[in-house]
Parts: sequence; C-alpha cells; structure tokens
Amino acid sequence: MNLLNYTLRIADSSLISAQRLSEWCSKGPTLEEDIALSNISLDLFGQANGFLEYASEIDGSKSADDFAFKRNEREFYNLKITEQENGHFGDTIARLFFCSAFNFLFYTELSKSKDETLSALAAKSLKEVKYHLKHSKSWMIRLGDGTEESKLKIQESLNSIWQFTGEFFEMDKIDIEISDSGIGVNNTSLKEEWNKIVNDTLDQAKLTRPEDMYMQTGSKKGLHTECLGHLLSEMQYLPRAYPDAKW
Amino acid sequence: MQNGNTNKIWELLNTVPDPEIPAISVVELGVIRNVIFQENSFIISITPTYSGCPAVKAFQDDIKICLKENGIENFELKIVYSPAWTTDWMTEETKEKLRKYGISPPSEKAICPQCNSKSTTLVSEFGATACKSFHKCNDCLEPFEHFKCI
Repeated sequence: MNLLNYTLRIADSSLISAQRLSEWCSKGPTLEEDIALSNISLDLFGQANGFLEYASEIDGSKSADDFAFKRNEREFYNLKITEQENGHFGDTIARLFFCSAFNFLFYTELSKSKDETLSALAAKSLKEVKYHLKHSKSWMIRLGDGTEESKLKIQESLNSIWQFTGEFFEMDKIDIEISDSGIGVNNTSLKEEWNKIVNDTLDQAKLTRPEDMYMQTGSKKGLHTECLGHLLSEMQYLPRAYPDAKW
Repeated sequence: MQNGNTNKIWELLNTVPDPEIPAISVVELGVIRNVIFQENSFIISITPTYSGCPAVKAFQDDIKICLKENGIENFELKIVYSPAWTTDWMTEETKEKLRKYGISPPSEKAICPQCNSKSTTLVSEFGATACKSFHKCNDCLEPFEHFKCI
C-alpha cells in the first residue's frame, strides 16, 4: 500500500508538470521554445506513464488511465509546485528550473533503488531530466543576466514560486519507511546539492536568492492549491464526459 | 513458422522502418532488445528511445502488421525499461545511413550532414522529435538535425 502511494507521488508530479507545460504548445514565445517546452512536456508524460503503469501493477485492479483520469483532486499527490499556473514565460522557466534540479537529484538516487522497476524508470527519466535542467538553467541565466526588464521579471518569478520549493525535501511516514527499506529516496539529503545547483545558477544569472520564508506543504496528504482542480477539469474532461470512450 | 526460429523474427523486424526516421529499421535504432521463444510464443522485448516517444506506439503497430503479414501469429510485445536505451547501441553503419538521410548522427559535437563541417551552432536542444536537437552549419549555412547522445 505504501509502495503504491510512493509510486503515485512520483507519477503525479510528472503527470501534472506535463499537463501544465503542454498548455504552452502553440503559444511559445518562439517556435524553438514552443517545441522545447512541448518536448519536455512529452518526456514528462512518458515518465508519468511508466510510473502509473507500475502503480497499476502494484494495485492490481485499476489501470494507469484509471489513476490519471478517475481520481479526484484530493487523491492526487503531486507536489504543489507542479500544478502552479504557467504565468508568463519567466514564471514557467523558474518553476521548471527548480523542479528539474530536484528531479535530477531525485532520479540519480532513485536509480539506485532496490526496487528494479523504480530503478529502471528512474535511470530512464534521469537521461531526459538532464536536458530539462540544462535548458531551464540556460534560460534562467539568459533572463537574469539579460535586459533590465527580463531581470526584474525573472526575479519576481522566482520570489513568488520559492514558497513551493520546501515540499521537495519533506519526508513523511511513508517516505521514511520506503527510504529506510532501500527502495525510496531520502529527500532531505538532496537539499544540499539542490542548494548548490540553485545558488550556482543564480550567481551566474546575477539574481538574488529569496529570503527564507513560509513554505507551502500538504500535497502528500492530497491538499492542493486552487490551481489543481482547474487543471484536472480540463485534463479529465473527455473520460469523465464519455466514460470508456475508445479511439 | 511456428518452429521457434528467432533469427527469422529478427530478419522480419529488420524490415520494419522507424516511423519517424524511415531510413533505419527498428532493429538498427536499437529498440528491439530481445527475442525469445517461450511456451510456443515469440516474446519480443522493446525499449522506448524517450519515455514519451509517440513512435513507440506506432512501431508496435507496424511490428504486429509485419509479423502477421508473414504468417506469424504467436508473438507478444513486451515493454522493458532496463537497461535504458542509449545511442551507444547504434552501429557505424546505421550512423552512416542517418547521415545520408540528412540527420547528423550521435556524436559529441554535431557535424553538418551536408558538407561535413565541424563548425556548427546549436539552435535549440529540442528538435522535431524527442531524440533530436536543432543546429545550423556555419560553413554551408544549412540548418540540420542532430541525433542527441543519451
């Protein structure tokens, strides 16, 4: 049961990030960026699919699609940062950068998991996430060390998304149990490396690291911001309106 | 064709083109990991190039059609994730096919497939498919795609 929950947490963060990023498709600031964000979204959908298939295998009765399309808001365990709205391009880049830096460290550790499926999916995801980190990092630097306007905007973006970065390193009972058994990751131990990546990038981008502040929490219990419900209503519309529709 | 000859299966699979890069087959792409004959059925293990690659679904369908057209009904396709697909599995011969097709094959530095120039500029890490990045040649000025090393 705990392994199912743990797998769903990973799957949900990928799925919701993917759905959110896909909203950029056809609306990117340039053609190349449109393609880049859509490709990153596609990678994340693929990763979500792998983890949801595994969740389905553990569960034994629900399919991957059931998990994606037939759960309500309170039954999703994605990190709150992943559901935040795209805002302007800088807002999306700041969110993507923080998430990619975390995913990079998380999958590096998870690829050593004793659980063969989780370690295989993590090793696969890691290869893709490296590109996401490289891409979002280069944009952080370009925007921060760009024009006066771009610097102002990206600084505001990172100030406002910062409150959602605390959840990356939280450990609840399930995390501790799965991590202690050699299957899961000790998220707290990733904080130092994550800070290093973030500080190094912000230095290069000539941006200021936000002061420590109140950190959002709750997604591990299925508590979310108002953004998730709106996202799900669009993502789940078709299977909800036409149950069991086939192509 | 029910005698468990896996070589024949490999031969047939080698005729199935990659749906997005038809110059090479799914075998040459390296996505067919294994073919075994077990309990009267061929089990074909496939690994995706990228997790979300839409071609995975397409080439599964193409493989099914190809095998059925050749009278093989007793097979099963299985998706495997480990070891994760890598461009290292591509042979020199396959790389040459890609280059002739106009795609710069996987290498540290993207080389122009038109004029072989090493002086090229990255336009975008992300190209028309998940597996390619987008570049420009500084000598012949032609834009081109490069197969990313992963």
